[in-house]
Amino acid sequence: MGFWADVSDTFYRCFLNEDRYKLLLSGIGVTIKVSLLAVFLGMIIGFLIALCNLSKKRSLNTIGKVYTDVIRGTPSVTQLMIIYFVVFATINWSKWIIAAIAFGINSGAYVSEIIRAGILSIDRGQTEAGRSLGLTAKQTMLYIIVPQAVKNIFPAMGNEFITLIKETAIVGYVGLMDIQKAGDFIKSATYEAFMPLVGTAVIYFLLIKLLTILLGRYEKHLRRSEVR
Amino acid sequence: MIKVENLYKRFDDNEVLSGITEEINEGEVVVVIGPSGSGKSTFLRCLNLLETPDEGEVYIDGEQINQKGVDVDRLRQKMGMVFQHFNLFPHLTVLENITLAPVRTGRMNMEQARSKAAELLEKVGLSEKAGAYPASLSGGQKQRIAIARALAMEPEILLFDEPTSALDPEMVGEVLDVMKNLAKSGMTMVVVTHEMGFAREVGTRLLFIDEGKVLERGIPDEVLSHPKQERTQAFLSKVLV
Repeated sequence: MGFWADVSDTFYRCFLNEDRYKLLLSGIGVTIKVSLLAVFLGMIIGFLIALCNLSKKRSLNTIGKVYTDVIRGTPSVTQLMIIYFVVFATINWSKWIIAAIAFGINSGAYVSEIIRAGILSIDRGQTEAGRSLGLTAKQTMLYIIVPQAVKNIFPAMGNEFITLIKETAIVGYVGLMDIQKAGDFIKSATYEAFMPLVGTAVIYFLLIKLLTILLGRYEKHLRRSEVR
Repeated sequence: MIKVENLYKRFDDNEVLSGITEEINEGEVVVVIGPSGSGKSTFLRCLNLLETPDEGEVYIDGEQINQKGVDVDRLRQKMGMVFQHFNLFPHLTVLENITLAPVRTGRMNMEQARSKAAELLEKVGLSEKAGAYPASLSGGQKQRIAIARALAMEPEILLFDEPTSALDPEMVGEVLDVMKNLAKSGMTMVVVTHEMGFAREVGTRLLFIDEGKVLERGIPDEVLSHPKQERTQAFLSKVLV
């Protein structure tokens, strides 16, 4: 057999035979589901932890610091497995939701640092102006600081989102069939390594490329309101 | 209206205010001058508790405000503040800058706040800028908007922290004009400034602060023309070239 015939034969066996592409398609669905919910949870947790870290109350500072320390100091695979096999051991939720919670908890620690930096980047005069007008600390944060911080942290948040998508490639450890696991499954079934693994890489790459383009567009849209 | 007793403020080991006792009455325009680092801005910022005094008491309308359990936010609504660097909210239009506080504090509904804003914009001569963002305004325009923003809360007192120090010289006049009109309308004002002409013309009383103490006080024209203290003389000889 010639080289190209060989390639097309491998391609057929890896992706078309026994409808294996469907495995990858549903894997994409799992990756996207887990990532989206995890990003959402990560932002909420991150915001709360950032507020803890910025607070003047010692006890809240400690909570924020311990949280960030523990999450950053342990591998995400370990965290995922602890959440899945220990914390949610007796709770019968969908696997992907539990995985998303684990990744959200993980992402929250990194997001909190991004948000904290974003809030600190806003000039102190903004807070003073808000408070001197009689707004409460909460109102000043909500209507003056956060809207400005959002713009500043948007690129870093995009990065975190991208990192998170790639991190989810470990959900196979708790038995979820995402893109990575689907590729791995095809590898085992066909005894081919190159095609399924490179295929997996290409799918991740395209997914993230698409996301990068969308984020770039949205950032431009955010910055449009700035008159300079 | 405002009474300050024996005010002390330290930043680490640096004592910025060393026992200031002062009273500001309704309708007064008190001008505060002094060398940089003398504590005059800190004094002003202690009046609305942007800085917390270490010792001493601050009273507004007879109520001590620097003690536990006082609703500072409510008290600050009585006192507007205008900053050296304007501190307009860059993500909001001029109109939104002005209406934000009255609406969010529940003082006015949106409609009332908008009509108040329109009235104030006319007063500071910037009606046409309602929809503009701060980044598109000149320094003088920004400061006039900042004054309008402070006035929107209908404060009893306005505090000015070097309102013209960050402006290009040709824009100082337009801001001072707005302030003069305010003074004429009977607004109680405390103004930290280096504008001696303004002090003379509209100030009803002048305080010279140096090293955290009020060294000299009196009618602006008298103090500026015949300073009694040596340090006042030295300062004024440097400022009034």
